[in-house]
Amino acid sequence: MLKNRIIPCLDVKNGRVVKGINFVDLKDAGDPVEQATIYSEGGADEICFLDITASNENRDIIYDVVKKTSKKCFVPLTVGGGVRSVNDINKLLNCGADKVSINTAAVENAEVVVESSKKFGSQCIVVAIDAKKNGDMWEVFTHGGRNNTGINAIEFAEKMEDSGAGELLITSMDRDGTQIGFDIELTSKISSKVNIPVIASGGVGNLDHLVDGIKLGNANAVLAASIFHYGKHSIKEAKEYLNSKGIPVRI
Amino acid sequence: MNVTIVDYNSGNISSVINSFKEVAKDKVNIEVTSDLNKIKSSDKVVLPGQGSFKSCVDALNKINGLTDTLNEFGITHKKPILGICVGLQMFADIGYEETETKGLGWISGKVLKIDNQNGKYKLPHIGWNQINIVKDSKIFKDIENKSHMYFVHSYEFIPNDKNVISATTDYSSNIVCSVEKENIFGTQFHPEKSDKIGLKIIDNFINL
Repeated sequence: MLKNRIIPCLDVKNGRVVKGINFVDLKDAGDPVEQATIYSEGGADEICFLDITASNENRDIIYDVVKKTSKKCFVPLTVGGGVRSVNDINKLLNCGADKVSINTAAVENAEVVVESSKKFGSQCIVVAIDAKKNGDMWEVFTHGGRNNTGINAIEFAEKMEDSGAGELLITSMDRDGTQIGFDIELTSKISSKVNIPVIASGGVGNLDHLVDGIKLGNANAVLAASIFHYGKHSIKEAKEYLNSKGIPVRI
Repeated sequence: MNVTIVDYNSGNISSVINSFKEVAKDKVNIEVTSDLNKIKSSDKVVLPGQGSFKSCVDALNKINGLTDTLNEFGITHKKPILGICVGLQMFADIGYEETETKGLGWISGKVLKIDNQNGKYKLPHIGWNQINIVKDSKIFKDIENKSHMYFVHSYEFIPNDKNVISATTDYSSNIVCSVEKENIFGTQFHPEKSDKIGLKIIDNFINL
């Protein structure tokens, strides 16, 4: 039976983890390679890096981080943040990323998704959708949540499936950072509309939220940052909890 | 010993390279090349593959003499070959992704889209799934039945002779996920992304 995945996400800025694990035995609290390795050894099903480097000059640093991590981690590695072109995707894949997540560029030009999924295969193209409730609909935002687009997130999700995305990473901006749980309605609506896997993100504050994302939101995978940082919960704890709630996970 | 990973522009092979190098350490030389002479003289060959069946076959055919060299290596000299993902699928006679495309024809059979039962099952089949080991395969030495492996695919290999099947996995149907025919090995899952247990499979292949 296919298992539901738990994906810890690390925010990386200028090559350093900014929201990271605060374990006592960690030699360097800001080293993405070391933290990714800890997650991988703890049973993470995949690792996600989000590059939030602000300036373009420092973008090359993420390539080095991905290179080093991929030599140590033998579970899939997804990298996102600032990915604009087929060339950016190519560079990340060559450094050892297994999947690349595309956000703003996918909204501005769906051809990037079409072209890259043809060139590299849908399996490595994840489209990340940041959505916020606006009246009756969820609206797509770009540029790290700064710009609204007027685009309906559910329709956009279907368009991305048609364009060749292999997976969708759905982040609720209303919930992100709140620790009150996923936007279940948004997740389940998109999951029922598309035939590709959906990863829920944004708002996890406790282990029950992970359960809800899968059971109520029909997500195939759950992504979380804060609950795994600062040692609040380990990946192992999360998996054992999900397992106790009847959710199939890899243990 | 030399193990060659065939680099024929089939998409992202960094993870395959990293995992083989990790397992090989300094004991085994891992070569990444499309050089025909190097392939001929190596002891084992790994055939990765990402993207579509058609794009991989096209990429293979683009390199003059590569298919002949692989045929010689695997069929004439019967030296060990491991196909991963689309690398395994290309062992078939024919594939139907994008358009009907001829494969290497090493293991008789075809590659078809996984039946998603009218949308009940999502495709690609992405994530960790358990393998049911159905025959003793040399690459499964010390691998427990029902181990989890990492999968990413929408197409499946359906061999004519069921005796070549070494493992299956359960999704929308019972999917062939590993084959062994004499010196030819293949996994639909990605051992290079399947944590320590996947590295053990790579180790088993290297140590054949």
